[in-house]
Amino acid sequence: MSNWVRVAPLDEIPKLGARVVRTQAGNNEHVDIGVFRTEDDRIFAINNTCPHKGGPLSQGIVYGDKVACPLHSWKISLGDGKAEEPDVGETACFKTKVEDGIVYLEIKK
Amino acid sequence: MQKMKLVVVGNGMAGMRVVEELLKIAPDIYDITVFGDEPYPNYNRIMLSPVLANEQTINDIILNTREWYAENNITLHTSARINKIDRKNRVVYAEDGTSAEYDRLLLATGSKPFMPPIPGKELAGVLGYRDIKDTNDMIEAAKLHKHAVVIGGGLLGLEAANGLKIQGMEVTVVHKNEWLLEKQLDKTAGKMLQKNLEAKGLNFLLKKNTELLIGDGSDAVTGGRVKTVRFTDGLEIPADLVVMAVGIRPNFALAESAGIYCNKGIVVNDTMQTYDPRIYAVGECVAHRGISYGLVAPLFEMAKVCATHLANFGIGIYKGSVTSTKLKVTGIDLFSAGDFAGSHEADDGREEIVLHDAVGGIYKKLVIKNDKIIGGVLYGDTADGSWYFQMLRDGKAIHEIRDSLMFGQDSLGNTGHQGQDKAAAMTNEMEVCGCNGVCKGTIVKAIQDHGLFTIDDVKKQTKAGSSCGSCVGLVEQILASTLGGGYAPPSTSKAVCGCTDKNHEEVRAEIRTHKYLNIPDAMKGMGWRTPNGCATCRPALNYYLLSTWPHEAVDDPQSRFINERVHANIQKDGTYSVIPRMYGGVTTPSQLRKIADVADKYAVPMVKVTGGQRIDLLGVKKEDLVGMWKDLDMPSGYAYAKGIRTVKTCVGSEFCRFGTQNSTQMGIDIEKAFDHMWAPHKVKFAVSGCPRNCAESGIKDVGVIGVDSGWEIYVGGNGGIKTEVAQFLCKVKTSDEVLEYSGAFIQIYREEARYLDRTVHWIERVGLEYVKQRVMEDADGRKAAYERLLYALQGAIEPWGERVQNRENHKEFETITV
Repeated sequence: MSNWVRVAPLDEIPKLGARVVRTQAGNNEHVDIGVFRTEDDRIFAINNTCPHKGGPLSQGIVYGDKVACPLHSWKISLGDGKAEEPDVGETACFKTKVEDGIVYLEIKK
Repeated sequence: MQKMKLVVVGNGMAGMRVVEELLKIAPDIYDITVFGDEPYPNYNRIMLSPVLANEQTINDIILNTREWYAENNITLHTSARINKIDRKNRVVYAEDGTSAEYDRLLLATGSKPFMPPIPGKELAGVLGYRDIKDTNDMIEAAKLHKHAVVIGGGLLGLEAANGLKIQGMEVTVVHKNEWLLEKQLDKTAGKMLQKNLEAKGLNFLLKKNTELLIGDGSDAVTGGRVKTVRFTDGLEIPADLVVMAVGIRPNFALAESAGIYCNKGIVVNDTMQTYDPRIYAVGECVAHRGISYGLVAPLFEMAKVCATHLANFGIGIYKGSVTSTKLKVTGIDLFSAGDFAGSHEADDGREEIVLHDAVGGIYKKLVIKNDKIIGGVLYGDTADGSWYFQMLRDGKAIHEIRDSLMFGQDSLGNTGHQGQDKAAAMTNEMEVCGCNGVCKGTIVKAIQDHGLFTIDDVKKQTKAGSSCGSCVGLVEQILASTLGGGYAPPSTSKAVCGCTDKNHEEVRAEIRTHKYLNIPDAMKGMGWRTPNGCATCRPALNYYLLSTWPHEAVDDPQSRFINERVHANIQKDGTYSVIPRMYGGVTTPSQLRKIADVADKYAVPMVKVTGGQRIDLLGVKKEDLVGMWKDLDMPSGYAYAKGIRTVKTCVGSEFCRFGTQNSTQMGIDIEKAFDHMWAPHKVKFAVSGCPRNCAESGIKDVGVIGVDSGWEIYVGGNGGIKTEVAQFLCKVKTSDEVLEYSGAFIQIYREEARYLDRTVHWIERVGLEYVKQRVMEDADGRKAAYERLLYALQGAIEPWGERVQNRENHKEFETITV
């Protein structure tokens, strides 16, 4: 079962930037998801944790459809969450959609 | 859209390098077919000598496996020699009947050993030294036969001779010149080399010309196997194996037979295109501006240019190469580059510096003309070869370092690798890169296993040298010694990143000429290959725009590293640190109380005094930043910035019994005057009140030292990766002059240095004399530069206060909860 949750109006996510979305995971735990916007207004969502040393990917520099992790500059592809070679690793991806200028994120229950 | 067809004739290092470059920049525009006449996939030909010397195996030197071709959808035909090109119908035909159509054809047919017209060269047991087959033939011959004769005392000949000796043969090298390697070495070094090789058991016959190879007559038609070599002076020596290594010739017969213009090689223009516009050629088979190259480094430069044209970018020009050589014989270190003829051999104002320790087996000669290195020979100690070669290629003026030039690069960064600065002296287990924990052995293995040729390749593959960079010099030495002749140091004037071919200076010049005011316009105008750059070029462009056109260019926060975007330092766990400004390191009880209250209120996990005389609040959540700034009500300390950090001060004449000047006030004045200043990298100042120098002015970008009669200004110091002592710039009388002179210095650095250059790197490149000329001799220029700095800083906005005021505009700091 999955459901779509409202994130924010598109223009509250900067072009070539990201926002952090905090989702509850029960037991007072939470998971942070980075919601990214490319220059051509595509929206991607990936787990906000770099597969290398856990850096917050949402804080990195976004270019093309990639983000460079702010801690050690691993390049993570926003489309599939995979690290650019020769680094190896991946982070989880989430589906997104934009309707009437509002960004939605699919979270599996 | 249907893909175009690219056919590559030649599966060697040059042709496949083009394919690799092409896959990097335009992976989808061609269906690629490769023909190679050897039965192997692409291998590292320059490593054949280590194979012959039992140091590596054939498997070790394979560069691209058959799986690699399959993964990249490349059709590979091995053992398929192309013998016909039908240019009209655009088809190539192989001897085995295979054919392939092309839209673009790349010829990379390499070279072949030159077989001098000596009677008897057709006998069995006479061969050239070019490929895996020749290598295997030699290894087989060594099992059955005893006497080997190598004709030619050049690089290849000596490597073959060394290998055959290791395979157990008695080896004699025949050379017609007076000393070995006469194209690479002068007589002194050539004789030293001969002595070392004789100690390894090789025999030499110099100044000898071969007249005839005599067979054993075991086959009446062919003459059988070679048995004896006779020289023009009548001497005869036994030989069961003769290796011809007198040179190579470009292999252009195929191109010539297809009517493509050749002149001692396939003639290409600066884009590597032949006279047939659909056909390109690279590698040893070409003649570019009349020159054919037989070393790997130029091939790679050609490959890069060729790939950009095949990718339809229409950029990149090959202008020819300066080459350097090393000999791949274990235990012998030699390096030579450029024009090393001494002053007695060429009377054109050249000078030479020579260091010769005959007992220690070390010989170094640098040839200098018009204040620049034009060539050099190193024997016995080649650790600095790459450094000299880089200066040669960059045409660097050397008078400032001439005194110590011969002793090499003094040290290569002195922290994080156990004080080592000679890679050869390190064992495989020793750590080279202290940031990423990479040992020497790991780097060597990666170079061999993955076929790496550049520092960037090694950084990417192993991470060594990719963090603080202090070990890059060591990594380079390891790369150079592992690759032997295959390594060419990059020119320091390299492209900003993979998104463009323009270097930093070109980018700066175009921003000024065309008055680009934002990143999209700049990228479009300069033909960036990527739609919005990458994490390397965007911050650089943003800085260049702002420093060139202050108050006019648009600052793009998304092109700034996170720290500058949010005005705080990101930490390993994703929290931030907050460092307020304390001008000159001076604080008050009420300020300290306020900091203590804020630290309590936000439960700050650590409060630490920094090295820059202020207080760091560590472990702050991003959501709390704006609130903390509001409560602190202090300006940002820019502790995160590529810009002005702190001005460190000592107590000075106000309290200190030794102080001659009020250093504390001077520090406060500087910090206030240059507050909010962005720069190519961080900028640190210090002011000491007397020559005891308690503020450590000697290791700052600008260090000011008070003396009884005024202030001394030192520049280009650095206390980081590689400790650099600041150099004396000038002495001034008043504190206003301190501001003007140091401000002008910093402004010229801001306008001319490359992004991420500290002042020391910039001064190293342009020379202290240049800086002195700009700041000291040109008084009007100095005043104007200082004015430009003040103008750039005019009306600068304090970033923390601005974010507190306009919270609505900074959603960045808010987390969305769902």
